[in-house]
Amino acid sequence: MAAVRTSSEIVLNRAAIVAVLIATLIFLAPIYWIASTAFKPKDLAVSVPPTVLFQPEVTPFVRLFTKRVQMQKTVDPQAYEAAPWWEKRIYDGGERVLKVGTDVQLSQYPDRFTNSLIVAIVSTVLAVGMGTFTAYGFSRFKIAGEADLLFFILSTRMLPPVVVAIPMFLMYRAVGLNDSHIGLIILYVAFNLSFSVWLMKGFMDEIPKEYEEAALVDGYTRMQAFFKIVLPEAATGIAATAVFCFITAWNEYAFALIMTNRRAQTAPPFIPSQIGSGLPDWTTIAAGTFLFLLPVAIFTFLLRNHLLRGVTFGAIRK
Amino acid sequence: MAHIELKNITKKFGGHTALTGLNLEIADGEFFVLLGETGAGKTTTLRLIAGLEKPTEGQVFIDGVDVASWGAAERDVALVLQQYSLYPRYTVRENLEFPLKPKIRRLPDAEIKDRVARAARTLRIEHLLDRKTDRLSGGEMQRVSIGRAIVRKPRVFLMDEPLSALDAKLREALRTELKNLQMQLGATFLFVTHDQIEAMSMGDKVGVLNHGRIVQTGSPQEIYNNPRDTYVASFVGSPPMNLIDGKLVDDRAVMAPTSFELPVSGGAKTGGATDGRPLVFGIRPEDVYLEGGAPVEAKVHDVENHGVEKIVTLRVGETMLRATVPARTAVEIEQPVRFAWNPDKVVMFDKGSGVSLRHAG
Repeated sequence: MAAVRTSSEIVLNRAAIVAVLIATLIFLAPIYWIASTAFKPKDLAVSVPPTVLFQPEVTPFVRLFTKRVQMQKTVDPQAYEAAPWWEKRIYDGGERVLKVGTDVQLSQYPDRFTNSLIVAIVSTVLAVGMGTFTAYGFSRFKIAGEADLLFFILSTRMLPPVVVAIPMFLMYRAVGLNDSHIGLIILYVAFNLSFSVWLMKGFMDEIPKEYEEAALVDGYTRMQAFFKIVLPEAATGIAATAVFCFITAWNEYAFALIMTNRRAQTAPPFIPSQIGSGLPDWTTIAAGTFLFLLPVAIFTFLLRNHLLRGVTFGAIRK
Repeated sequence: MAHIELKNITKKFGGHTALTGLNLEIADGEFFVLLGETGAGKTTTLRLIAGLEKPTEGQVFIDGVDVASWGAAERDVALVLQQYSLYPRYTVRENLEFPLKPKIRRLPDAEIKDRVARAARTLRIEHLLDRKTDRLSGGEMQRVSIGRAIVRKPRVFLMDEPLSALDAKLREALRTELKNLQMQLGATFLFVTHDQIEAMSMGDKVGVLNHGRIVQTGSPQEIYNNPRDTYVASFVGSPPMNLIDGKLVDDRAVMAPTSFELPVSGGAKTGGATDGRPLVFGIRPEDVYLEGGAPVEAKVHDVENHGVEKIVTLRVGETMLRATVPARTAVEIEQPVRFAWNPDKVVMFDKGSGVSLRHAG
C-alpha cells in the first residue's frame, strides 16, 4: 500500500506536520496560561511582561480549598510555629484560615466541584442510555413518521438554549426544581439527548442487523440480543457520545448560573464568583479552573481511541 | 427434523411485492434448494420460515403446526448467512457455544462442551477454537457459521447463499462437505442460492423462483431435462438451453426468421404441438451435434475452450445457438460446419406464454 513517495509529497507532509504543531501550540497556550498561573505566587500572576520561569508553589490550591480572612495584625509567632506548612503559606499572605474549634473551614469549591461531577455524570449516563435505546429503535424498526420524529428531536438544537432560559427559570421555580441537582440533570439530558440520539443512530446503522437476527434465531429475545450483541458492538459509539455529552454538561455555564445558587451550584458559575470584592486573586481562580479541567482531560484521555473513531465517524467504512 | 410447508404466501414491503401466492413443501430430511436470481424473493422466503418476517398473507407450517404466532426464538431453526453471522468480539468457541446458551433452552455445561467438540470435529475446525473470528479466512468463517448451526440440532437448517462469498475452489469443497453433512445428520435443509450449479449438484429437490413466484419444483433432473418454461430453460444449465423461434410443419421444426429445418421425433412431441402454432424450440447444447453430413449449415461464430469440451457458438443467418463438443473437435471461427440435434431431446414451448407444451396439458 505504501507507494514510493515523491520528494514533493515528503515536503508537503513535513509542512503539514509543522502546521499541526503550530495550531496545537496556539490551542494549548490558554491551557498553559491557566496551569502556570495556578502555581504562581500572587504578585507574579499579573506581572507584565508575563513571567515564564518562576518557583512553582501550591499556595493557590491551599487558598482555593480554605475559607480565609484578612488579618488586621501580624500573626502570633507561636501560632505560626505550630501551624502546618500549608497554613504558614496563608499567614505569609497576610491572611488566616477560618476554623471552627480546631477544624479548618473548607471553601465552597469542593461542594461545587462535587455538584459538577454529580450533574455531569448522571446527565451523561441518562442522555447516552436513552439515546442508545432510542437510536436502536429508530435504526431497527419501522416507525411511522420516523424522519419527522428524528427531525423533531434534532429541532431542539436549532435554538440557542439561552433563549428559553427565562421561561425555564420561571417554570422551574413554579415546580420547585430550581437550585436542585435533578433540575439541572433534566435540563442537560434534554439538551444532550438529541445529539446522543443522532450520533448513536449513525453507529447503530453501521452494526449489521444480521448479528441480532442470528441471536434471535438461536433462541435469544430481542432484549438479550441487544445487551449481548449490539451493546458491545456499539461500545465505540457509546464512548464517543459519552465524551461529547460529558463535556457539554461539564462546561455548561448559562443555565447553571441562572438556575442554581447555593445547593446545586456547579463549578463553572462558582469559579468566577470568587473574584469578589477588592483585587481579584487570579492564582486561586486559576487553581480552581485548572482542577476543573482535569476530569474532562482524564475522561477524554481514557476514551481517546474510541473518540478518534467517533469524530471521524461516517468518514470511514468498515 | 421437520416438515416445512408454505401455503399461499404473499409478502409485501410497502409498495413492493416480494412474494406472490407462494406454495412450497419441504419433506422431512430433504435437501431443498431454492434457486433464483438476486431479488427473486429467496431470502424473504427464508426469513419468513425463520420468523424474522411475517407474511402479508398465507401461512407457514412447521410439522403441520401454523407458526404464525411463534417468534424466531421458538421456531428452533438454524440460519447460516453469507456473512455477518459470527460475532467479531467472540472466539470461535464462544461463537459455537452461543446458540446453546439462551435462557429458554440452555444446556448443561458438559453437554455444551461435548456438542462444541463434536461440531468442531465434524467441520475440522478444532485447531481454530480459541481464535478470534476476525482472524479467520473466508472458508474458516463459513465453516464456523455452519458449526453454529449444527451444534444445536435444530428442526431445519436455513442457508442463505452460504458459499457465494467464497472463491471457486473452496466453494466446490464446501459444497461436497455440506451435502455429506446433510446426509450424515439426516437433517432438513433449505438452501438458497443463485448459482444453478450448486442447486443441481446439492439439491434433492429444486424450486426455481422468479419475481416472487415459484416457477417449477422438481428433482434437478426434471428441472434440467424438462423445464416448465423458457425462464427455467434459460436459467438452468451452463451454457443455458438454446431457444429458437419457429413452428412445427409435418414433424419438422421450421425456424423463423432464418429458415432452417430439423426433425422432431415422437419422443419430444406432445398433444399441443399442432402444425403452424408459433413455438419456441429448446435444445440443450450437448444435444446439438457437429457432423459432416448433417442437415443444416452454419458458421462458427465463437469458440470457448473448457478443457474436456468446447462450447461452439453457431450462426445460422441471424440465429445463434450453442453446441458442446469434445475438445478434440477442430473448429475455427468463421469455418462453415454442418449440425444436427437429438430429435428426442427437443422441448417445445408456447411462443406466447413461454410454457412448455409438456407442462401445459
